[in-house]
Amino acid sequence: MVDYTPTEMMTVSAARALKNDDVCFVGIGMPSAACNLARLTHAPELTLIYESGTIGTKPDVLPLSIGDGELCETAMNTVAVPEMFRYWLQGGKISVGFLGAAQLDKFGNINTTVIGDYDDPKVRLPGGGGAPEIATSCGEVFLVMKQSKRGFVQKIDFVTSLGHGTGGDDRASYGVDTKGPSRLITDLCIMEPHPVGKQFIVTSIHPGVTREDIIENTGWDVEFADEVAQTPIPNENELKVLRELHARTAKAHEGQQ
Amino acid sequence: MVARFMTLKEAVASCIKDGDTIAMEGFTHLIPHAAGHEVIRQGIKDLTLIRMTPDVIYDQLIGAGCAKKLVFSWGGNPGVGSLHRLREAVQEHWPHKLEIEEHSHAAMANAYDAGAAGLPCAVFKGYRGAELPRVNKNIKFIECPFTGESLAAVPSIRPDATVVHAQKANKKGDVLFEGIVGVQKEAVLAAKKSIITVEEIVDDFGDISPNAVMLPNWAVTAIVEVPGGAHPSYAQGYYKRDNAFYKAWDPIARDREAFTAWIEEHVMNGGPEDFAAKCRANKA
Repeated sequence: MVDYTPTEMMTVSAARALKNDDVCFVGIGMPSAACNLARLTHAPELTLIYESGTIGTKPDVLPLSIGDGELCETAMNTVAVPEMFRYWLQGGKISVGFLGAAQLDKFGNINTTVIGDYDDPKVRLPGGGGAPEIATSCGEVFLVMKQSKRGFVQKIDFVTSLGHGTGGDDRASYGVDTKGPSRLITDLCIMEPHPVGKQFIVTSIHPGVTREDIIENTGWDVEFADEVAQTPIPNENELKVLRELHARTAKAHEGQQ
Repeated sequence: MVARFMTLKEAVASCIKDGDTIAMEGFTHLIPHAAGHEVIRQGIKDLTLIRMTPDVIYDQLIGAGCAKKLVFSWGGNPGVGSLHRLREAVQEHWPHKLEIEEHSHAAMANAYDAGAAGLPCAVFKGYRGAELPRVNKNIKFIECPFTGESLAAVPSIRPDATVVHAQKANKKGDVLFEGIVGVQKEAVLAAKKSIITVEEIVDDFGDISPNAVMLPNWAVTAIVEVPGGAHPSYAQGYYKRDNAFYKAWDPIARDREAFTAWIEEHVMNGGPEDFAAKCRANKA
């Protein structure tokens, strides 16, 4: 039996969502680990794009910030930030956007702006960055986030980035013709939007996790697919590559004064 | 008018005054920290600070009381956490109230591009289904006169002065940027005046691509040689990002007294000549 943590399970599951021919706009944090794991395992030709302008980057260590030198030095090409957002993202050249969130609702709408009221916030978060347009301009969006009642809420405090709006065909009413969030990978399960209602339903549960675990860590009424799969556990190679990536990253970031 | 070589003190004094709208750019890379410190040392007030990613450099300017307004699209210490001086200014009004105008990256990148292009506004496919237009009156939607498609519009960014850091200037004052070039070129061309701090001034740039990212001397106001002037960010080919400093900034910025003491020691009693030494351990 291979030993792994729930976070490793999540990262590996997220990585598996990417295909070799995807062109992926990478959000910082959890998405960055998953995207690079995919590139270093089953999807060696996966094109990774970071909003700092790096196209086709192959970093040896994970960046602490999204404009680390490592991204540029290993990229096929680096373009200016306006070109990145105008030609590549807005121009519809990117197949997958991979994002995280602070707060998420069951339609995959994302809040990374404030907890509480915008003008008098309880917690001021960093803000949208590239996400509002990544969420609408990429062919589809994968979300990765640790599951908790605090993060998975009935109603998010601020809609930083559009998911499926209020569900159904609401997303299209904003003039958005891309698929939107098509997969949500957590440390407990994988959810996919209902084909009509667009609310997330659980389609695969990670080994050792119960339906009650998922319900207890979700702020909305959890729906399960008629047939729920069990997520395959991480294989030895996936774990080895992921752990080596994290070890190289820790060493690189701590090696500085 | 052709760029003039100046000291940092002269450049800031001649290009930036109280109440100005200032952009200091650099997307993780080439962030003009030494120039930011000079603005604090000169006690310049009531600035409207524009920057896509107001990280540590604006945390310092805001905490030191230089800013009345911040225009931004992502405000955090990347990979570390919050900007505590920004957060305290917004939530507690310390050292005084800070007005914020918040955008997305796409909006700001387009707004710099529009500023450089001499346009009054930027038009793009953005903010669709997003809530920022509710709280920011500078985000509007217009109809394409040809297709009827609804498009987002934001005012172009046209700063009084833009401050950036670059790798090299030549003796004539032309400037060369390499690596992650962010919005530096657009931000300089959008501004009335500009200060470019550089790692070094060289006789000539040598063998560079004809498509290199450059600014000619007649498009720049002031050039200042400040080796290490982007620390703790990085200058590709010179030194790496001091990620340890970004982590160390977190506890300093959390505490008003620790912050104030840090500014006193490293900014008020420091100068641009201190920056080269900060990068020696992180040579690229």
